[in-house]
Amino acid sequence: MNLIVSNPKGAAMSGSSQSDTVLDVNDLRIEFHGKSETVVAVPTLSFSVKAGESYGLVGESGCGKSTTAMAIMGYLGNTGVIAGGSIRFEGKELVGASARELRAIRGRQIAMVYQDPMSALNPVKTIGSQLAEVPLLHLGVSRTEAMEMAAAMLADVRLPDASDMLKRYPHQLSGGQQQRVVIAMALLARPSLLLLDEPTTGLDVTVEAAVIDLIGELRSRYSTSLLFISHNLGLIAETCDRVGIMYSGEMVEEGPTGDLFRKPRHPYTQGLIDCIPDITHDKRSRSLAAIPGHIPLPQERPVGCFFAPRCTGFTAGLCDRPDLELEDIGGDHVVRCIRWRDMKRSQPAQLAQIGKAQVQTEAVAVSDLTKLYKLGGDRTLKANESVSFNAAKAEIVALVGESGCGKSTLARIVTGLDRATSGEIRIAGENVAEIQAKDRPRHLLQSIQMIFQNPDSTLNPSHSAAFSIRRSIKKFGIRKGKAAIEERVRELLEMVRLSPTIANRKPNQLSGGQKQRIAIARAFAADPALIVADEPVSALDVSVQAAIVTLLLDIQRERQSTMLFISHDLALVRHVADKVVVMYLGKVMEQGTVEEVFGGGTHPYTEALISAIRSPNPDEKRRVRVHLTGDTPSPINVPAGCRFATRCHRKVGAACDSVPPPLRKMSDTHEIACHIDAAELRTTPSPFGASAQGCA
Amino acid sequence: MVKFLLNRLAMMLLTMLCASFLVFAVCEYTPGSVARKSLGPFATQQQVDLLTAKLKANDPLVVRYGRWLGVLVGAIPDPLQDPSTGLNFKDPRGSQYFGNFGYSTLNKLPVNDVIWNRLGNTAILAGLAFLLIVPLSIIFGILSGLKEGGPLDRTLSVICITFTSIPEFASGVFLVTLFVILWPILPGTSPLNSDGGWAIPYQFVLPVAVLVIYDFGYVARMIRVSMIAVMERPYIRTAVLKGMSTRRVILGHALRNAMIAPFTVLLLQINFLISGVVVTELVFAYPGFGRLILEASLFGDISTLEAATLITVAIAVVTQLLGDLGYMLLDPRIRVR
Repeated sequence: MNLIVSNPKGAAMSGSSQSDTVLDVNDLRIEFHGKSETVVAVPTLSFSVKAGESYGLVGESGCGKSTTAMAIMGYLGNTGVIAGGSIRFEGKELVGASARELRAIRGRQIAMVYQDPMSALNPVKTIGSQLAEVPLLHLGVSRTEAMEMAAAMLADVRLPDASDMLKRYPHQLSGGQQQRVVIAMALLARPSLLLLDEPTTGLDVTVEAAVIDLIGELRSRYSTSLLFISHNLGLIAETCDRVGIMYSGEMVEEGPTGDLFRKPRHPYTQGLIDCIPDITHDKRSRSLAAIPGHIPLPQERPVGCFFAPRCTGFTAGLCDRPDLELEDIGGDHVVRCIRWRDMKRSQPAQLAQIGKAQVQTEAVAVSDLTKLYKLGGDRTLKANESVSFNAAKAEIVALVGESGCGKSTLARIVTGLDRATSGEIRIAGENVAEIQAKDRPRHLLQSIQMIFQNPDSTLNPSHSAAFSIRRSIKKFGIRKGKAAIEERVRELLEMVRLSPTIANRKPNQLSGGQKQRIAIARAFAADPALIVADEPVSALDVSVQAAIVTLLLDIQRERQSTMLFISHDLALVRHVADKVVVMYLGKVMEQGTVEEVFGGGTHPYTEALISAIRSPNPDEKRRVRVHLTGDTPSPINVPAGCRFATRCHRKVGAACDSVPPPLRKMSDTHEIACHIDAAELRTTPSPFGASAQGCA
Repeated sequence: MVKFLLNRLAMMLLTMLCASFLVFAVCEYTPGSVARKSLGPFATQQQVDLLTAKLKANDPLVVRYGRWLGVLVGAIPDPLQDPSTGLNFKDPRGSQYFGNFGYSTLNKLPVNDVIWNRLGNTAILAGLAFLLIVPLSIIFGILSGLKEGGPLDRTLSVICITFTSIPEFASGVFLVTLFVILWPILPGTSPLNSDGGWAIPYQFVLPVAVLVIYDFGYVARMIRVSMIAVMERPYIRTAVLKGMSTRRVILGHALRNAMIAPFTVLLLQINFLISGVVVTELVFAYPGFGRLILEASLFGDISTLEAATLITVAIAVVTQLLGDLGYMLLDPRIRVR
């Protein structure tokens, strides 16, 4: 057997002495004791974070990464127990530490930044009082001194007008500002270790970019070590020195960032990297390599390698041995795979060229669509303003933009959940913009179907999986007679690659991916002409996401359905769409084919969005990151000129603030709304140079 | 804010109108006429018919309701006080004034002479009970919500559920047996006069105790549920992981959030304590508002019933308004901008 890192002496072998290891987790075992059963969330886990280092812990939901963070903080709730192993922080043992000892460490020496800043802040207390608590508690200062420190720290996290900010309540801040407050709160007592638990999940990409930059800057200023927990490989690749990949409570691979992403050895790591869409390829040049199956629940872990049921390289008698250990493969890189030498990375599948939809018959035409919400008084919220675009039959049009850009409102109007204030949406010649679903004739309802973001909340928990599919068939009279309907349900389940045995299960017995497959089957059960997919995969794990996207694309191509694909994930859009509409604050900033929008010569906002995409490929040329300042303005007081003017990095002058931008025709299909003239826009370099095209 | 208050006031008036009309209509179907009740059981049918004609009691329901409204706002004089009826009903305030609730046929007195006195008595009883219910239920609720399913939670929950499920008459009789008969340190009745030899403060102890025992457990359960939910919120985790002690987390972060939802429930208890404590008042012969309503409705005393209805509706609307204002105070997210 090779070197085993889980051996307590292992830490010394990497050449670092105990003193410069900030955090040392050894053979940690975390269990949750329920009323009748015990769930082992983390069987054994060892890793260490060195002083000044940024360590990334990567894994999908349920892999135990957040549980590990909570175990470090000594906060596992009433049922969680550390059943074995040790957590040493600067030499002190944290497992079994008294409440008083833990209190002295929490917030003072180890601080934490949370996933959802809105809920992490107390809604009924001002920002100032919540921030001041930290120095009051740990640094023994007076109330006024604490407030001063809080104000200074708010300035450090680059929040404007700190003294005013102190008096505000959390709900009066934007998501990005809230996260800055949480970061400020964590750093107030100058901790030596900062735990970041998905700190940017849920934030818009341009805000995420700013928050990540801030964390990097503060880290070097305060020389804090970071434990960065995320499912986002691109983020980890850019911000961390070393990375550990977790799967089902175990470390499956660990190594220096560059080495690990360049030469991933574990089949899971390889699969994770291959299943995320990258910006340089679209659906015609590469299909996403999905990892089959799903993450096992703690009680259904197999003997031996936990990844074995999903692994193509599974070999009986080898992979199901119970004593698989982390193996050192040189250069600080360890992997828990007995066959790592044989695991060749699967080459990205090159697809046969799929021709574009040849016959360009127009399926959907949106013209001058405006949606205003009257808020009482003279305030109106402009959710959409003169939005125009069209989609040909069998085309996928992606609506892209950050939260509040009006893309979901548009989807609601198309599906009839809301009605437009003015404008037209023509579907098969009929204008549906102002007809709500309850007034729509049956054939219209049938021809427009929707796939929602969160399958957990859109399936009725008390009905079986097949119920909604069956009802859709019955209601639209697709098939008549019980047998024919059941036959159709089976076909649809087969179409979404689900076994017919699933039909009678309740949603809580299905995984997230299975639920979304049901949702897709339900949408297609009505034989719709138009599918509106609102963030259909953003609630899913990345390894499941790839499979769902591929499935959706297959069905769409087969059925020749037109699709409105709403997403904030540009890499995904690049992979899925034929045509892209970029929206900002209710207006279309740019639209064109996917090649045009991602090919350089774009609107400054698109440029910023694309540059914020992070790639886990260490060899890819670092993109020049466009730094946007500030937050998206409120849709109630929109800027008078160009909507994007307040944050734009390429403003040409006062005209941007006062005059709405003209529409620049870049080509037949490519339009940009910007004051910069067409010739100059065209010279904007592609955010990813030609050199990146070759490698993937 | 002014708009908000005016809006509420209009809603209150509308609710009062609807409620009073409903009571009026329901009384229509109870046996016995106003004239018969005013004259007493020994009057001849002829006398009754004469008075009925004089009072125009055979007019349609809506007309008579309108007339009652007129008397209430002081637009027309109370027909019962007309000397020509020969009833000799006299209100020292006169027969025509704003807020004239009419003449109680049960007590043979102006309603205004009866009802405010009774309401005052009940207000004292309710106030004392409320003063005890609030802190007790908060303490019980918070303590048991701290650790759901823990030994403390179980103990307190058992106490709360047991107390809430004992009916008022049972706990009343039980307490009377204990403190009046077996160990006579308290009076068994509370007529609010010293004729029985007990000072008035002593007379409050048992009725208040019965009310508190019956009511606080319910409110405590509400606070417990809210507290459990709050303790699972991420901001409590933030506070704990800042390094705060449990006590500071609860007092500084959890308490205010946990009180937001049960606040209405707490205020609803005021309504219950004013008009729903009939049983307690009967057990202890307490001259209260609830008993007055019961007696009036048994007798079919429309004037008293209507007055009581208007008062309880007003109290309900005012407590609701207080609840909304309290919400705004507790939760900055819903303050009117």
